[in-house]
Amino acid sequence: MHGDEACAEGAIAAGCRFFGGYPITPSTEIAERFAQRMPELGGVFIQMEDELGSIAAVLGASAAGARAMTATSGPGLSLMLENLGLGVMLELPCVIVDIQRGSPSTGLPTMAGQSDVMQARWGSHGDYSIIAYAPWSPQEVFDLTVLCFNMADRYRTPVLLLGDEVIGHMVERVVIPPVEEIPHWERKHPGVPPPATGVYRSFEPDPEDLIPPLPHAGEGYRVHFTGLTHDERGYPDMSADTHHALVTRLNAKIQSHAEEIIRLEEYFMDDARLVVVSFGCTARSARRAVREARAQGIPVGLLRLVSLWPFPEAVVRELGQRMDAFIVAEMNLGQVRLEVERCIGRPAWGVHHAGGEMIHPEKILTAIIAAAKNVGAPGSRKASSAGGVQISG
Amino acid sequence: MTQATVVDTHPLDTILRADRMPHIFCPGCSIGIVMRCYAQAVLESGIPLQQHVVVSGIGCTGRVAGYMDLDSYHTTHGRAIPFATGMKLANPNLMVTVFSGDGDLSAIGGNHLIHAARRNVDVKVICVNNFNYGMTGGQCGPTTPLGAVATTAPYGNPEQPFNLPYLLAAAGAGYVSRWTSLHVRQLKQDILHSFVRPGFAFIEVLSACPVGFGKSNNIPDGLEEMQLYRERCVLARGVPLENLSIDLRENRPIYVGNFIDRDLPAYKPVTRVG
Repeated sequence: MHGDEACAEGAIAAGCRFFGGYPITPSTEIAERFAQRMPELGGVFIQMEDELGSIAAVLGASAAGARAMTATSGPGLSLMLENLGLGVMLELPCVIVDIQRGSPSTGLPTMAGQSDVMQARWGSHGDYSIIAYAPWSPQEVFDLTVLCFNMADRYRTPVLLLGDEVIGHMVERVVIPPVEEIPHWERKHPGVPPPATGVYRSFEPDPEDLIPPLPHAGEGYRVHFTGLTHDERGYPDMSADTHHALVTRLNAKIQSHAEEIIRLEEYFMDDARLVVVSFGCTARSARRAVREARAQGIPVGLLRLVSLWPFPEAVVRELGQRMDAFIVAEMNLGQVRLEVERCIGRPAWGVHHAGGEMIHPEKILTAIIAAAKNVGAPGSRKASSAGGVQISG
Repeated sequence: MTQATVVDTHPLDTILRADRMPHIFCPGCSIGIVMRCYAQAVLESGIPLQQHVVVSGIGCTGRVAGYMDLDSYHTTHGRAIPFATGMKLANPNLMVTVFSGDGDLSAIGGNHLIHAARRNVDVKVICVNNFNYGMTGGQCGPTTPLGAVATTAPYGNPEQPFNLPYLLAAAGAGYVSRWTSLHVRQLKQDILHSFVRPGFAFIEVLSACPVGFGKSNNIPDGLEEMQLYRERCVLARGVPLENLSIDLRENRPIYVGNFIDRDLPAYKPVTRVG
């Protein structure tokens, strides 16, 4: 099964019964799989007129109680960003899959990229926090799609799956577990019936976790949801204090649970002195490069970012205390490297390519060897044979 | 002189959010009248209130969702129709009404409007057309008549406006009407009819915006615009749709009525059993 199909199957296994999308390479096979499967399962597949409509329909379906998703690529994600903000503000769970391609603009529609990392984090207007995962295999596409739905419902927020063309179109064995083994976290629902008089407070956070239970349309709660700054009843409240409190909570409900959200994998890290940081398809090259460097006696490990957002600041900061060098490998010009450098407070080596083809393990190996030789050398910036920029630190 | 009395209850108390009053609408604005027609239709529909949902976009009319004591969603600019589409498809038991303005629905949301009509998705659209962007102070939009003055058209609007019923009919809508905020009985009846009739419905309601549109176009108060409606509105019978364009400043008939009522299969998600 290829990655895009595994995504659709993961969503179906997670109970997703609403897909609203607009075709875009290299994510289209996800829509095609849903178009085939939803009619068999009594779910809804609708091809919308554009990505603006797709994400709006997904939010509407979520507000009516459905597990709902859309799938797109970088240009489509750009069009969805306004309503990603609405999803954050209305606290509506949904999953947005971005199978990244070479960007900006139309870029390389059929070829891979990893350059939507910052778009996913900061693309919509305003201060908000987001959850995003980056699979490195079709199996992990399946597993993480399930996790995306669970996280979306748990934190009452949109969640992104940031795949890439390589993983989306890669064919590998995918094991689909029996339905009872698929983890299912329930959406938190009001524990009380609708009030006979007065207003149900759809945005009153549970003091334990800052997440309000979510009443759905048609259940009798007579909710009001608005993208305007609102109070706990959901009513517009144009005051600076309410705005600050709301936006702060929307961020805190994600950031204060960062440890539960973040997923990382470490390879050869026990005795490592250097660390390669990578994700998605590039992490496959990085793992090979790390193995080869180990064979040459270089004490290097791999930190694979299974989740990209929230960024694993605490882990990277702690590694920054004890690692001699960081090498960040990614198919963009340094988006995750910026985050790593922010956390460790010094330059990292970068192995970057703007997109279009996998970064070859050889290029990452070259950077590892250079970093190992330069340990302790003063920082200098130079163009690398990898076609990107290396920074020695 | 009779003394004003404050009544304890109002017939629409059960359906309006009294705790949100006073509303934001200006003196002479028609939106409250249209909201009342919708509220009465909801109450008379026989459909449990719990099943009614109102979805709006952005603008003065978009604020209606916040005053209805129903499940109500005030979404982003132009996106009310696709939001409502997702909601209706996820829960077909809901009666989903989109209540929004001409700018929201036909400018920034124009693509969604024509595609919802083409698809015949089962949502009811009430479009308050006041010929301008009122909330932001009277800018021109796709319904502003050629030559009318707006803050972004200080020398007169250089563009041809949409004739919305003609547009919707061409897009394939099964049900298209136009009334004015003077036609409260017809409007309520039309909304009620749209509830029992499966599929997409588009009801345009010509409305006064004395502050945004009227004052710069020689119709400076709401009552004057209502009088104008009374004098000029003609029930359209056999009038070609392309002749339904409006310019309040010109002394010619304003055609109202139900223009399209055809049975088309309402959009349903594909199902395949076995």
